[in-house]
Amino acid sequence: MNLRRTMLFIPGNNPGMLQNGGVFGADSVILDLEDAVAPQEKDAARFLVAQALKTVDYGNSEKVVRINPLDTFGAEDIQMIVPCQPDVLLVPKVESVQDIEKVTHLVAQAETAGQQPVQLIALLETSQGIALAYQIAQTKGRLVALALGAEDYTAGLGATRTKEGREIFTARSLVINAAAAAGIQSLDTPFTDANDEAGLYQDTLTGKELGFKGKLAINPRQIDVIHGVFNPTLATIEWAEEVVQAIRKAESEGSGVASLHGKMVDAPIVARAEHILKLARRLGVEVMQ
Amino acid sequence: MKNSIGRDIPEVIEGYGETIPYVGAFETQPAMKRQAPKVKTIHPRKQKLVDTLETVFQQIPITDGMTLSFHHHFRNGDGVVNQVLATAAALGIKNLKVALSSVFPVHETLIAHMKSGVVTALDTNYMSGPVAKAISKGMLAIPVVLRTHGGRARAIECGQLLIDVAFIAAPAADEYGNLNGVQGPAACGSLGYAFPDAEYADHVVAVTDYIVEYPLAPISIPQCRVDYVVKVDCAGDPKGIVSGTTKITKDPVGLKIAAMAAKVIEAAGLLKNGFSFQTGAGGVSLAVAHFVRQRMEQEHIVGSFALGGITGYMVEMLEKGFFKKLIDVQGFDLEAIRSIQTNPNHLEVSANFYASPFNAGCAINKLDVVVLGATEIDIDFHVNVVTGSDGVIMGGSGGHADAAAGAKVTIVVANLLRGRLPIIVEQVLTATTPGETIDVLVTERGVVVNPQRPELLQQLLAAGLPVKDIHDLKAMAEKIAGVPQKLKTSDRIVAVVEYRDGSVIDVVRQVNQ
Repeated sequence: MNLRRTMLFIPGNNPGMLQNGGVFGADSVILDLEDAVAPQEKDAARFLVAQALKTVDYGNSEKVVRINPLDTFGAEDIQMIVPCQPDVLLVPKVESVQDIEKVTHLVAQAETAGQQPVQLIALLETSQGIALAYQIAQTKGRLVALALGAEDYTAGLGATRTKEGREIFTARSLVINAAAAAGIQSLDTPFTDANDEAGLYQDTLTGKELGFKGKLAINPRQIDVIHGVFNPTLATIEWAEEVVQAIRKAESEGSGVASLHGKMVDAPIVARAEHILKLARRLGVEVMQ
Repeated sequence: MKNSIGRDIPEVIEGYGETIPYVGAFETQPAMKRQAPKVKTIHPRKQKLVDTLETVFQQIPITDGMTLSFHHHFRNGDGVVNQVLATAAALGIKNLKVALSSVFPVHETLIAHMKSGVVTALDTNYMSGPVAKAISKGMLAIPVVLRTHGGRARAIECGQLLIDVAFIAAPAADEYGNLNGVQGPAACGSLGYAFPDAEYADHVVAVTDYIVEYPLAPISIPQCRVDYVVKVDCAGDPKGIVSGTTKITKDPVGLKIAAMAAKVIEAAGLLKNGFSFQTGAGGVSLAVAHFVRQRMEQEHIVGSFALGGITGYMVEMLEKGFFKKLIDVQGFDLEAIRSIQTNPNHLEVSANFYASPFNAGCAINKLDVVVLGATEIDIDFHVNVVTGSDGVIMGGSGGHADAAAGAKVTIVVANLLRGRLPIIVEQVLTATTPGETIDVLVTERGVVVNPQRPELLQQLLAAGLPVKDIHDLKAMAEKIAGVPQKLKTSDRIVAVVEYRDGSVIDVVRQVNQ
């Protein structure tokens, strides 16, 4: 499973940012053809993003393109972008299983022979999409994650958008649960005040504690803060190593349950510890095998 | 002949004279006495205050071929250079040499005075705007001398830049010639660059629009060397002199570079109590200060001093206890002016104290770290801050080469691609600061350490920083942008670039029209 702690939006009509998108260390860059681009600039941005995919080195960042919805320019986006080998398409305003199936069909048509299959992430940003999150997540094939888009969602509800985010608590939980049930990732809505570092930290922490695996970012300045929240701390890594050692020792003695500092270590705890060690390994930290 | 960094320097340059080739940052040694300035006297009853610049011209008197000097503390708001030269032109004076520490777009009138022969020579440390463009295209028959800030102080003290009359734009003065930079409508802060002129010029004229009762307090430049005080209606435009606030860049690439530069400083083991630091007022340089400050706050580090051009951001760091002192040769904004006026730990110093190589120790020698910019850097780490990609003069060393020579670690921050041009080149068009004084280059796509600093390389590698070879980073930039065509210049020399010790590090040749 790909690490997607941060997915950084890059406006698809900004050549300077498209060229530099890879230097910020985001796990994914999202070259945006949708909200960042005015309708009269869609054609130009599509050409620009296509060229960027072919020529710009995004380093270790996964290449994601946010296409337009199918009822506007989505089909044209897919036709031009998919052959340029993005890793993932971020599909906006997904409200039903059919939405994903239609995109899947168009992507399959656009792919060239021998091309690495393009994966999909569904952006749920309407009440309809949130209500059907579970079914959407179950769409088999290309879907690798659900992402929450809280701005459109709360506007549709008529809710007040707050820094604390009480108004999106349910939506967050539904998205996380639906994704977990389908065995795919869940990604949190972006924090839109790029100048509020403390607010970003708190909002990211809230999302992580609820179960999100990463967060969309609207400014490169947000990346370090978000990574700081999602990266395991040294103390957690040490705890995880102790858990795994304890359970191995117990297993060698024929037991499936161990004890660590007086607390029971069973399968869910072990799974959590193994996930932390896997993440640490991905980040280049030397941990036990 | 070639100097020690391989630059072709004629042994004699017409209008400049015999050249001393650059042989190394600390190789050229002075074997001379300081210039002895004229001894002055004044009758106890004589007045210094005169009504007009014309009167001063007549009383001195100013004649053809003299050298008039000016400081640049009024930056793009300066009104004094233009008024003095207009007076010279009106009086029919010709062949003046203007020794102005920096030339700004506001000094465009110089072009007309050069055309008419009022001004035929220019000596400066930095120039931008129309004058720089005109010089690049061959406006003057005599090449301009481009110095460093420390080098100008040295040249004045060593008698290589002889000043007949120093016109000192003074934000505040009393009628007997005491001056400061912190009061009056044209307040600019420190008057550091004017100190050598005041000390060594044959005649010193204070030009002010704000006269206070004798004695002025505080006094930056004392009455003892000031011969005349002229009251003009307006000495400068405050809008061009100071900016309201200096702001940290919001450009994400600039911030990425700045954050990396701060990590370099920490990895080099310099971020500890007693840390001393210089950075520019530009957005990226200031952002380095911001990231350094974050780490100082987290680690409870108290620095010794910050140096150079002082901004409100540095004042805030002083007031919040991140640094114990500010050493200020030039202030950039209103906060810097307020602070130097009220805070005894904010010191006003001369260009000589700041950066002259030929004294018993200048402030940059005590620097741990300086962060500098570059328009180009080459694979030998020589830096160009004089000419742009079109060969036209767009700046100058200012304190660049001085601070690079003095600091323990000199960091150049630059975007690997500027516009669509790679910043790293085979050979810079104009060498301003020698590679032996540059330690690290920080770009958004990697960090490069000068191979002459293997211990620093080990420190940065140990800290896990993305260290690359300069050739690889150059290749990376060229892969994106291609290799730029080499610029063709004519053979005619339009400016001589002096290193801080007075040796010639490079020349600027005329660009084709």
